[in-house]
Amino acid sequence: MVAETSSTKNISVTLKVWRQAGPDKPGKFETYQAKDLNPNMSLLEMLDVVNDELERKGEDPIAFAHDCREGICGTCSMVIDGKPHGPHKGVATCQTYMRSFADGATITLEPFRAKAFPVIKDLITDRSAFDLIQQAGGFISIRTGAAQDANATPIPKDNADLAMDAAACIGCGACVAACKNSSAMLFVSAKVGQYALLPQGQPERDSRVLNMVAKMDELGFGNCTNQYECSAACPKSISHDFIARMNRDYIAASFRQAFTAKSTSTAGGA
Amino acid sequence: MANLESKIPSGALPDKWRKYKAESLKLVNPANKRKYEVIVVGAGLAGSSASATLSELGYKVKTFVFHDTPRRAHSIAAQGGVNAAKNYQNDGDSVYRLFYDTIKGGDYRAREANVHRLAEVSVNIIDQCVAQGVPFAREYGGLLANRSFGGAQVSRTFYARGQTGQQLLLGAYSALMKQAGAGAVEIFPNEEMCDLVVIDGQAKGIITRNLNTGEIRRWAADAVILATGGYGNVFNLSTYARGSNATAIWRAYKRGACFANPCYTQIHPTCIPVSGDYQSKLTLMSESLRNDGRIWVPKKKEDCGKPPAEIAEEDRDYYLERIYPSFGNLAPRDVSSRAAKRMCDEGRGVGETGLGVYLDFADAIKRFGEAGVKERYGNLFDIYHEITNESAYKTPMRIYPAVHYTMGGLWVDYNLMSNVPGLFVLGEANFSDHGANRLGASALMQGLADGYFVVPYTIGNYLAGVKPGSRPSVDGPAFKEAEENVRNTFKRLLAPGTGKGGSVNDFHKRLGKIMWECCGMARTKQTLERGLKEIPALREEYWKTVTVPGSADNLNQALERANRVADFIELGELMCLDALTREESCGGHFREEHQYPDGECKRDDENFAHVAGWEWQGEGKQQIRNVEPLNYETVKMSVRSYK
Repeated sequence: MVAETSSTKNISVTLKVWRQAGPDKPGKFETYQAKDLNPNMSLLEMLDVVNDELERKGEDPIAFAHDCREGICGTCSMVIDGKPHGPHKGVATCQTYMRSFADGATITLEPFRAKAFPVIKDLITDRSAFDLIQQAGGFISIRTGAAQDANATPIPKDNADLAMDAAACIGCGACVAACKNSSAMLFVSAKVGQYALLPQGQPERDSRVLNMVAKMDELGFGNCTNQYECSAACPKSISHDFIARMNRDYIAASFRQAFTAKSTSTAGGA
Repeated sequence: MANLESKIPSGALPDKWRKYKAESLKLVNPANKRKYEVIVVGAGLAGSSASATLSELGYKVKTFVFHDTPRRAHSIAAQGGVNAAKNYQNDGDSVYRLFYDTIKGGDYRAREANVHRLAEVSVNIIDQCVAQGVPFAREYGGLLANRSFGGAQVSRTFYARGQTGQQLLLGAYSALMKQAGAGAVEIFPNEEMCDLVVIDGQAKGIITRNLNTGEIRRWAADAVILATGGYGNVFNLSTYARGSNATAIWRAYKRGACFANPCYTQIHPTCIPVSGDYQSKLTLMSESLRNDGRIWVPKKKEDCGKPPAEIAEEDRDYYLERIYPSFGNLAPRDVSSRAAKRMCDEGRGVGETGLGVYLDFADAIKRFGEAGVKERYGNLFDIYHEITNESAYKTPMRIYPAVHYTMGGLWVDYNLMSNVPGLFVLGEANFSDHGANRLGASALMQGLADGYFVVPYTIGNYLAGVKPGSRPSVDGPAFKEAEENVRNTFKRLLAPGTGKGGSVNDFHKRLGKIMWECCGMARTKQTLERGLKEIPALREEYWKTVTVPGSADNLNQALERANRVADFIELGELMCLDALTREESCGGHFREEHQYPDGECKRDDENFAHVAGWEWQGEGKQQIRNVEPLNYETVKMSVRSYK
């Protein structure tokens, strides 16, 4: 139901919203009417209006995650008419505007759904699993103060640009919500890919990919079956090519880990 | 009365920090460091970098964020870049020049010694970030690229497309995750600080509320660091995230920490104009756009309604280039914002509301082609298109100033410690480095400087005087009293209102309107006095009538907002009081009574070359204004000119 109207005529819509009081409570769709909306209003601002009305009546507002409202913090997360972050490509929920919907449309709002993202309340889910994956290896082990001059190691512009494409990930989890297997491969591969493209990322390249993938599996994310719904839903349009890169890295790292000799010395200094 | 002793070390300005570190700062030995616990509240650039670095040093760190993960902090939304005096462009930059530009940009209301230290460590920040894998923009030879920002005549700004804040924050976040994975930092997401615990005059802990479960908990520490950002959401509409709030610093204020220069607010010149009363936030268009975009309004009022393409070149007034020929479109933010306001006040504003000016890329597209402009600013043009449904490649952007940053904040000394010993304040939450106006690309610099390179040294100086293992029990009376205080606040907010007052958002909008009209881009005695009447009345009405549904023992977003808006109302009043008392214009604080004939700020160095540090005296009592004189040893205070 995508209409890109440039008209300034106000519209009205019907909302079907997933309401769930808590993690262990049953949930169901509730219907709300949102009337007389300026089409330049964002979808979240439309929800503000609905919530203000509920609050004035002393009723529980619809809980939804949001913060920066400019598509960069990765907090907002909902499935709009069956699509994570809604009808448009390359934008987050907060960048979805009411002009995308026809007057009289019914809009269905649900939380991101995945085993690893349990619902906390209504449209809010717990995505802390992403922090745990990051802790497993999503970093370069450099202590503050130990860095050399920033220009000491030139980095080819193409590599830096490609690393930036991967680094643009906002950690929202839409890739997981869009995947029928609830796989986190796009998220993990974006982080792995960023560091693998940079000289600073090389010393820990193997352990990083092995540890992050192991953690991802442990936390209940599924596997990738190459249908690329993740990239299609990604608000930063991160390419599934990074998944292929990560798979190559993973295989190479597995071999190297199996066949590379390691020092067994544990002797310390005086 | 609080003693606002700046503790600036002696010696020549360029040697102060180096000598102070080497000769004066006390150290804590490695075996003792693990006996100290440090609480860090906030995980933006300052909080994440401090948490990671302190834990690397061996301190036990607990980090609290109200977000669901530290990576969401609003530092992530900074677009344009981070300044550093690397002089990689060979264009004459130096530590001194960055220092001087920042002091001048701040309209001579910042502390010299702090700013010089900031400029010194700026070079380390870039090294650190590159080593972490931050993908800064690069030239074809593989070296780092730079661009220019307002208030500078050199190119010293490092950037990662239009997402520099995101990349720097993710760098600091990765360092924090490394430490958390190693068990060296404990992270508490969805946990909002609601009070500070002070025992025998020293900060010894905090009280938090878990936003998912409603649980209220007590936490003891040997030192508390607040890195909770700025308070621009007092205005309701701003470029801040919706969740950005002043609760941590305001509750610390009520426990005795002085609040410095609350009236210093930055209004950013290039934001997308307001379109309707439903609007929840304003979106920034990065200052970097002013490198290549040209700002103009029609020369004639009657042209304002015409499509911009139909207005001939000779009928356009490129007013920044006209008024400020040496800095042109890169005049500092306060200067550019006020110029835009003057144009609109003259009736030459554009767009439906008449509150807008053009930011035009036609020349840049001629010079670099559309592809060249896209490479530099593509994501910003995309954001503009998403919000306005217009293509800035085809027609000029319409922009207008919006609240963007607060230079004021909790008062800190040279060690970044507040007047409450053991309470440190970093980043935008403190007041120290930007004077009355912050230059573009300096917020990221300050956040990371404080967290990576300043507080890790200075906190040791304090902890060396705290007996290891002397951390108080959370069962003590001060913790009990603070927890009761927090519980009572929530109870009062949830008490059924008369039902007439409307929702929390209704009140926030009303507060924002009062603040924008009375304490916004231009202030007068009259508007401020009006604000000081209307805000207390609003506060009273708020507590009597606001409707907050639900309970405090589960996820309740209306209650979270209600708690924050209660603090915004009180802080708004203090901002007006500070603005009224400061009888001069400087930087972002523009009192219409104090201006030169050309509309520029008229400072009063004789009477106001000082920091105002407000001190809470209790409910219903007049707050006290303490003063820290600003002694300039190196730079001569002069009339700021960008002409």
